[in-house]
Amino acid sequence: MSMLRTTSSQESFGPGKGQQTREITFGLAIREALAEEMRRDPRVYVIGEDVAEAGTPFKVLSGLVEEFGPARVIDSPISEAGITGLGVGAAMTGMRPVVDIMFGDFIGLAMDQIVNQAAKVHYMSGGKLKVPLVVRTTLGATRRSAAQHSQSLHAWVSHIPGLKVALPSTPYDAKGLLKTAIRDDNPVIFFEDKMMYQLKGLVPEGEYTIPLGVASIKREGTDITIVATSSMVQVALAAAEILEKLAISAEVIDPRTTFPLDKQALIESAKKTSRAIVIDEGYERYGVTAEIASVIADGAFYYLDAPVKRMGAMDVPVPFSPVLEDQTVPTANSVAELAKTLCGRT
Amino acid sequence: MLHPETSHSAEEVGGVTSLEGTTVANTPPSTIERERWLHMYMQMLTIRVFEEHVNELYTSAKMPGLAHLYAGEEAVAVGVCEALRRDDYITSTHRGHGHCLAKGAAVDRMFAELLGKEAGYCRGKGGSMHIADQETGNLGANAIVGGSAGIATGAAMSSKMRGSGQVTACFFGDGALGQGVLYETMNMASLWKLPVIYVCENNLYNEYTHYSETTAGTVSGRPQAFGIHTEEVDGQDVRAVYAAAQQLVERARRGEGPAFMICNTYRFYGHHVGDIQRSYYRSKEEEQHWRTQRDPLMLLSAWLIDQRLADPQVFEKIEQRVRAEVAAGVQFALDAPFPDPGEVDQDVYA
Repeated sequence: MSMLRTTSSQESFGPGKGQQTREITFGLAIREALAEEMRRDPRVYVIGEDVAEAGTPFKVLSGLVEEFGPARVIDSPISEAGITGLGVGAAMTGMRPVVDIMFGDFIGLAMDQIVNQAAKVHYMSGGKLKVPLVVRTTLGATRRSAAQHSQSLHAWVSHIPGLKVALPSTPYDAKGLLKTAIRDDNPVIFFEDKMMYQLKGLVPEGEYTIPLGVASIKREGTDITIVATSSMVQVALAAAEILEKLAISAEVIDPRTTFPLDKQALIESAKKTSRAIVIDEGYERYGVTAEIASVIADGAFYYLDAPVKRMGAMDVPVPFSPVLEDQTVPTANSVAELAKTLCGRT
Repeated sequence: MLHPETSHSAEEVGGVTSLEGTTVANTPPSTIERERWLHMYMQMLTIRVFEEHVNELYTSAKMPGLAHLYAGEEAVAVGVCEALRRDDYITSTHRGHGHCLAKGAAVDRMFAELLGKEAGYCRGKGGSMHIADQETGNLGANAIVGGSAGIATGAAMSSKMRGSGQVTACFFGDGALGQGVLYETMNMASLWKLPVIYVCENNLYNEYTHYSETTAGTVSGRPQAFGIHTEEVDGQDVRAVYAAAQQLVERARRGEGPAFMICNTYRFYGHHVGDIQRSYYRSKEEEQHWRTQRDPLMLLSAWLIDQRLADPQVFEKIEQRVRAEVAAGVQFALDAPFPDPGEVDQDVYA
């Protein structure tokens, strides 16, 4: 495991040296991952609301139906529980479905299928049945979409044994992790930040995958560790820029998957810098930040110069009015302010 | 609580009357027929005796947890599963022992699972409500009411995509008619002509509540609203269940889409083994009626004797054989070792 981590942390900045790359959007990275896996494996198919000709409301899947046809890019009724349940059954019997749940908020509708069916089939059957299912969905606020289209609910599924949970923060990670998720024999819930679909980044021309459970250091630093997930990685990087001007060197590390969680990489980073802040766009209470802060507090206790702090989304339903909504998520400034305090600067 | 209709409205006949009014005639008897019915009798009796032993294991505190007994409903599981191929799929329910046995599960490994033993079908991790057996196409019993509708319909979708010709039978009770996911999946099954048979075992009670108190409209109106071919049969008559199932399974296998079977039946025991005092929701007279007049084993044996296809001694021999097999299965399970405690965190992930 440590071998794996060392080698892959080199590539975790992005594409390796010498690889042919090009700059593509996060959305295109997702589409490429799906298309490549569908070409590679006839068992892979996509199902969801408006995934075919419409290519989803985010246009992430545009063009897929033209290549693979409506038998493998399947427009479904608006039935989140139903399509997820069909995905579980198809996965148990030889297919590798990718179920598209348009907004992460809607996983509430599919929760029994995810939590009581997909997550438990392998264990309940004594290891005989497998559920190689991917549920793709979204997270992230500030799209002015209000309380039922803006939540980041990845903590819910991270809580459930039997599920794996990925939440990439760059086009490179998105493509590599999604390909791995599709090849995984377990149910993987895959969260994409809907505000990030237009984000550009370098992605190799050729084939690559990224293992689940390996964190990525997005920026190296020595004074404080900022653990950030998904949408919050860009916030953390912007905070690090602010802090650099104040001569505070921040390390930004992205676990990339909440389960499996690369605990060792997070602990090592905190040991090195002796301070840590955890930021995540899920609700703060009982959230991903609490779990990760606990992992660091436990694993790096004797190395820490300050308590581990955490920032999640404000514990309110996401409001509509921009003036209200913008207060609910951590920002580069709020993260930098907290980091300054932890570093003894005021 | 008063229930004006304590029995089913379906005509209790040997044939099948489809809702469209056409009659599937009784097949003329022959030696092959005789063997088939005797085999089904044995299958049903195995389930009956199995459940008697489960009840005894529970009352003598030899079985952890509890169990939901299938006794009384045997004709449904056996009639449907006999119409299936070994590689066809089923999904089952919390009241699932009968489905698992009818699809081919072995008595001894079933008991081992019920007792939480390593030799059980799920290495003791599933228990009574979660028996799955890949070898016989059993995708698992499901303890969420209506919870397997997605799995069953998804398996049918997978069969269609793979071109395997497999059919899935999705067993559920009248209680599942209250679950939305059933209707979501029936809608898609009909849209995409998926080879799935929805088998509604209407045993009259959603746990402790008569289904008429929970079910608006008609049962048949539900599948028919989705354009799903629907048949209503006497679920105590294994010949009627088998005839309907055979027709619907072959229809599905030909690519003609899903079907919905309403099997009117009755559970002889309570909702679960501990449900002893039942008079507040159903009368002793009602139970007595079903046990003495509507027992699927009795109905089949009486018909076979009446048709001169079997004499009473045949049934005694079958019973001896079944009782010996089931008793041996119980003993196997009692003697079998528990799983190693270290297995607790194995098989969480594949």
